[in-house]
Amino acid sequence: MSWSDGLPPLDLRRGRVQLGHGSGGRLARQLVEQLFLPALHNPALAALDDGAVLAAPAAPAGQRLVLATDGHVVEPLFFPGGDIGSLAVHGTVNDVAMMGATPLALTASFVLEEGFALADLRRVVGSMGQAARAVGVPVVAGDTKVVQRGKGDGVFIATTGLGTLPDGRTLSAARVRAGDVLLLSGPIGRHGAAILSRRESLGFDTELVSDTAPLHGLTAGLLAAIPEGAVRALRDPTRGGLAALLHEFARAAQVGIEIDEAAVPVPAPVRAACEWLGLEPMQLASEGVLVAAVSPEHADTALHALRAHPLGRDAARIGHAIRDPDRFVQMRTALGAMRLVDWPAAEALPRIC
Amino acid sequence: MKHVEEYRDPALARALAEALAAEAPAGRRLRLMEFCGGHTHVLARHGVGALLPSSVEMVHGPGCPVCVLPIGHIDQAIALARDHGAVVCTYGDTMRVPASGGMSLQQARAEGADVRVIGSPADALRLARAQPGREVVLFAIGFETTTPPTALALQAAAARDIANFSVLCCHVLTPPAIAHVVRASREPGGAAAPLDGLIGPGHVAVVTGAAPFDRLAGDLRIPIAVAGFEPLDLLQAVRVLLRLIAEGRAGSVNAYPRAVSASGNRRAQALVDEVLEPRETFEWRGLGALPRSALRPREAYASHDAERRFGLPCHAVPDPPACRCAAVLRGVETPAQCRLFGTACTPAHPIGPCMVSAEGACAAHHARGVRSTRAEGPGERVAPLTRLDGVAPMNWPDGAAPLTWPDGVAS
Amino acid sequence: MCLALPARVVALHGDEEATVDLGGVRKRVSLALVPQADLGDHVIVHVGHALAVLDPLEAEETLRLLAGLRKGSTP
Repeated sequence: MSWSDGLPPLDLRRGRVQLGHGSGGRLARQLVEQLFLPALHNPALAALDDGAVLAAPAAPAGQRLVLATDGHVVEPLFFPGGDIGSLAVHGTVNDVAMMGATPLALTASFVLEEGFALADLRRVVGSMGQAARAVGVPVVAGDTKVVQRGKGDGVFIATTGLGTLPDGRTLSAARVRAGDVLLLSGPIGRHGAAILSRRESLGFDTELVSDTAPLHGLTAGLLAAIPEGAVRALRDPTRGGLAALLHEFARAAQVGIEIDEAAVPVPAPVRAACEWLGLEPMQLASEGVLVAAVSPEHADTALHALRAHPLGRDAARIGHAIRDPDRFVQMRTALGAMRLVDWPAAEALPRIC
Repeated sequence: MKHVEEYRDPALARALAEALAAEAPAGRRLRLMEFCGGHTHVLARHGVGALLPSSVEMVHGPGCPVCVLPIGHIDQAIALARDHGAVVCTYGDTMRVPASGGMSLQQARAEGADVRVIGSPADALRLARAQPGREVVLFAIGFETTTPPTALALQAAAARDIANFSVLCCHVLTPPAIAHVVRASREPGGAAAPLDGLIGPGHVAVVTGAAPFDRLAGDLRIPIAVAGFEPLDLLQAVRVLLRLIAEGRAGSVNAYPRAVSASGNRRAQALVDEVLEPRETFEWRGLGALPRSALRPREAYASHDAERRFGLPCHAVPDPPACRCAAVLRGVETPAQCRLFGTACTPAHPIGPCMVSAEGACAAHHARGVRSTRAEGPGERVAPLTRLDGVAPMNWPDGAAPLTWPDGVAS
Repeated sequence: MCLALPARVVALHGDEEATVDLGGVRKRVSLALVPQADLGDHVIVHVGHALAVLDPLEAEETLRLLAGLRKGSTP
């Protein structure tokens, strides 16, 4: 690349983010043209206007829109199985998919810390672009701000996702009823455990890799397999893990929930990591797994549909909703006893006692 | 996971449960105490209680180092970080314990104090070597299991002249606490019936050996089964106690022989003895002052003793009003009997230590317990609309009631 | 009160340290309190330190005792 606009080409190898990169002038433009655009390229974004113009999807009349938003502050930025860039894309695509919608487009807003290495930024944005291309959902609008050194953790990313939802479909935790069956699409805790393994103070080594993945293909397959309305709700157990998700369902639907510990798939290294830290797999985040609440009559077909998809190969029936004015979440332990599952208040801390 | 999962076998657990049902003495209720918070946690987590005969009542003991740690020592740790600018290294267990003035170590960190969660005393020592310009303090809690690693760190600090490393030593001893609780349970007119047997802390015994428990059992005339921490270990320990009780034998049995020997880890014991000495007396939350029940660095290590190095007094701080942790720790009350349980005091908004520690009796019941315990507690009698959802008011003044109380709970 | 786990010693390092494995998760721990621990031994680990070497014969005996229950015998 040669000089342009009075500036030498961006030093993507050794350069660092400067305050000027967030000031909307020459430097900011250069960062967009030489780092963001090549990684995220699509016609809407390339126009570099204040907003992206999207054609309304060619669809039957009456399609509704779904809009979702997410903030990404994961630490470390690069972890086994992904990074903040791919996590941001998958996370927002999944939010849209959990509503039963087809993701259409994403926006991404970056808050960069002064001094952040451009090589790392390129890696993050490159990963984002790759993930976006793989799911066929472009990042059509973006923004960059820079904060002083010490006031940010390298990079924070905020994303929004737009999707279309066919008429006649409403997925919501509030629609879960007593008797509904709960299906889990895969093993839990891989993302949470992978992240923890990279925290220096906890120091453990594992082959564990984050499960971050886009779930819109899995959800589309499930929704196509059973009648509209049979899937009451979809949700992915991210922060707070499966425990938080089950409580959210119970609270919104005013039901109780009973699950079977032996039925919840947990990879052996996640189990072991939890033993070391004194944590429980149900508290750890997953980023490539979902829970579906379905009508009991269609549960078998739904499970079959999940298992037919590569991301749902290990799908399992884990429990059901019951009538319970107290909205407790309970679990039958491997020893056959029924005990409560708590709604986590905050991130569980490793313990030694 | 070898040496772990075999001891969680559901079929073997059922077989043990059947054996217990057959061997439980007819027409007699037994009160067995599991001393160790780790055992309390395992009982709840796996639902072992459901496999015990209904005539056996498990009473939770005070073997939870966070639960028995006086607020004054947490205040010391907070002061070291806030007022003395030290890097305070602590285990995750103590971070959220409410201390004086609505403070906690976590709250102090949120306000800018340098508090770090570590997994080993070696982490703190490493930090001290890496930052010679900063004072680094290890907030050392725990029973005999956790003490040798602290002693190692102190010895290394002295040997390698890591002058900026010190220890706020709150290590406590098991035998005095066991003796106190067992004797208290026998006091005439006491709040609860005497204990019939004790499940002893298997990991403490890994260090101390089974021998001290033999002595305790003889002195207190109570059967003791030293147990491991998997469900089958606990069930087997109960079985051993039932047998000892049936035979009228006040002795101790090592039910964790794969990890516990008669003499324990002599090297660890010698190391602890070289570096630390017993305090004349130590105030335990819930149990009062117990003589020669805790440790502090010896004179030779005075410069690495944070209390001496920083001239920190430990102030006695009363428990919050209406908090029944003291009674729960002694096993004379159950969590459900405390009117704060599940109402103003929840894992999300803990008032007392038994709720904040993952192995505290109250946390075990609220977060992982049996539904009926929650139903017995005041929480379920309170009208749902006024029930606190466990969201904490930011800081409420020490000793004062929170701003809103559920109906029927405020005094 | 003490979260301690049995882990297998898979590598010995200088300075009295070792790498141990439990269920596929590895950690570097201190052997200073059990210097006699060897490759292949299982050690009980608490706060990053091995406190004892697990006795496999006693473990076998314990499991045999428990398994005996299933067959209906009272040991």
